[in-house]
Amino acid sequence: MEIIKRGEIVTSTFVHLGDEDALPADGAPMDVTVTLARWQSERQALRAHPGAVGVRLSPDDELEPLLPDLDALALVAVEFPRFTDGRGYSLARLLRERHGYRGELRAVGNVLRDQLFYMHRCGFDAFELQPGKSIHDALSAFEELSVRYQAGADEPHPLFRRRVGSGM
Amino acid sequence: MYQYDIEDQRLVEERAAQFRGQVQRRLEGSITEDEFKPLRLQNGLYMQLHAYMLRVAIPYGLLSSTQLRKLAHIARVYDKGYGHFSTRQNIQYNWPKLADVPTILDELASVQMHAIQTSGNCIRNTTSDHLAGVAPDELEDPRPYCEVIRQWSTFHPEFAFLPRKFKIAVTGTPDDDRAAVRFHDIGIRLVQDPAGGEHCFEILVGGGMGRTPHIAKVIREFLPYEDLLSYLEAILRVYNRYGRRDNKFKARIKILVSELGIDEFKRQVDDEWAQIRDGGLKLLRSEIDRIKANFAPPPYRELPPHDLRLSAEGLSADPSLRHFVRNNVKAHRQPGYCAVVISLKAPGRPPGDASDTQMDVVAELADEFGFGRIVVTHTQNLVLPDVEQQRVAELHARLREHELHTANIGTLTDSICCPGLDFCNLANARSIPVAIELGERFDRLDYLADLGEVSLKISGCINACGHHHVGNIGILGIDKIGEEAYQLVLGGSPGNDASIGKIVGRAFNRAQIVDAVQTVLEVYLRDREDANERFIDYYRRVGEEPFKEALYGDHQEG
Repeated sequence: MEIIKRGEIVTSTFVHLGDEDALPADGAPMDVTVTLARWQSERQALRAHPGAVGVRLSPDDELEPLLPDLDALALVAVEFPRFTDGRGYSLARLLRERHGYRGELRAVGNVLRDQLFYMHRCGFDAFELQPGKSIHDALSAFEELSVRYQAGADEPHPLFRRRVGSGM
Repeated sequence: MYQYDIEDQRLVEERAAQFRGQVQRRLEGSITEDEFKPLRLQNGLYMQLHAYMLRVAIPYGLLSSTQLRKLAHIARVYDKGYGHFSTRQNIQYNWPKLADVPTILDELASVQMHAIQTSGNCIRNTTSDHLAGVAPDELEDPRPYCEVIRQWSTFHPEFAFLPRKFKIAVTGTPDDDRAAVRFHDIGIRLVQDPAGGEHCFEILVGGGMGRTPHIAKVIREFLPYEDLLSYLEAILRVYNRYGRRDNKFKARIKILVSELGIDEFKRQVDDEWAQIRDGGLKLLRSEIDRIKANFAPPPYRELPPHDLRLSAEGLSADPSLRHFVRNNVKAHRQPGYCAVVISLKAPGRPPGDASDTQMDVVAELADEFGFGRIVVTHTQNLVLPDVEQQRVAELHARLREHELHTANIGTLTDSICCPGLDFCNLANARSIPVAIELGERFDRLDYLADLGEVSLKISGCINACGHHHVGNIGILGIDKIGEEAYQLVLGGSPGNDASIGKIVGRAFNRAQIVDAVQTVLEVYLRDREDANERFIDYYRRVGEEPFKEALYGDHQEG
């Protein structure tokens, strides 16, 4: 599947497993993501899985159960069931700014071009667009607004600390 | 007033270009109407009954004459020659064509204006006291802090898709809240620091009108100024994560606060705040000073403190001028000056509407009489904040030439009114014709003077855009088995003595509602102690019984 990652179109090898989907039985090194609940209940088996493993967060998940394992994860994906559900933006900022997560942070689900700017600012660096939408078109969405009043993943200080004469 | 710097300016220009692209993609069909909806909504573009409606932000209600001329120009060229000033200190155009909207945004950007976040489930235009900066009882000018909030909230990446819309109001006058801060998602009051330092903020949360009105609760009594943004961010983050998203009608922060209780909500906010309080959001003195410098007083002339001519005009033989001086002229902190309220509630006109010509005239008068500044009030009028008292009669005469001299500020016919079923696709009933009929029925200035201070607020549906919950007299339009009907609500107040009105009994039909208001007024005039007992004081003293008796008589209400 093609995704946008760090500003480029790349192919992702991850398969999003539902809670009922079995891991590959033959030990094939397939890269997978699982829900937080599954990660918690099958942590040992998943750690032994030969492919890469990521966790998929739903907007109402709390982050605390995941924190001890953040370093072990190849990917954290945050689901946007509807693009109007903005909880994932807070999860992203908390993962990056409070919990120091440095790995891939991917937006999945109802991800559309016109939300990418906000998502990127909150710390997402990978985007699985809603199927059927032009990924090439979406690439241009990140630079439409160059002025950022707030600090964000792309900007360490709010504008008021960057203005000439602000003392910084 | 605040002047954009190069970055502020670049942003509104880039936004106009971005929206042009979005409109183009919609017109080409590469995005669906469902996908376009949240984009246009974050730009103040609604689909209404007949056409698109464009809402333009007027931050904390403050305009320059240049900006007002541009608003007049937009009304003339892209609309039907008028605009509607709303209860959120914004202006709405009812008839723009979708293909013209990007060009309108370019026009707005050329005078430091925009339509960013004037709708959608995001942080909306921050509102304030229409006498900010000139009121004699003000502790500190709230507008620099409104501007700080405007910038922080503009395209805030985390809070673009909140559970529901979010409104913040700020007042700098602790003793007289003219901004209805207790009926906002967050209300902010500048208060004296008990330790005697700089002024602090009292933060209130969870107020609102709509179908379940709430008076905001205090969440923090004394917040140091430098912590303003971190504290707001903590509240918004808790709301964004835990506000209800399962039911649109329970999604405002007032429901979260009321379900958790203010103590638990405060605990969650304080936990979050503790993590971010000392981060990059801490405000810098230098930035506050930079913004404050934009709000420095204009070059006032030295004038004697009381102008005798103004007192005399208060007793003028011309009733229009006499009532104008009594009702529309407000006290000013600068000796010899006053603030003049221009009523947009002329008899026979929809409340809050102004024609392109009237806007041009007001802009011209602002230049001539008041340093080129105009303020939009949340009661849908305009203010010239800095007029010399000795020039009030001259100003009144000029206003009269354009039917802008209605002397009814603070009286019954200075009503707040939503667009109602004439324009809005949420409304159950028309509100503008009711307001017009009331204005025509009670158009005698001496009668209005006798009634004294009484507020009338009309909403065409339960969403309460006309603030009927906080009218001394409120009218709520409902749909009664396919017929427009109106409930009468009594006892509301938006200010420091905030209260939510109560429905007095069964609804009235369109032909009865204005009579019902007259009945209520007759009860008050008959039974009040004297002319000093205001309508709201009388209602609070006697309750609803005398009104019920007069309105429904022996008939059991059903």
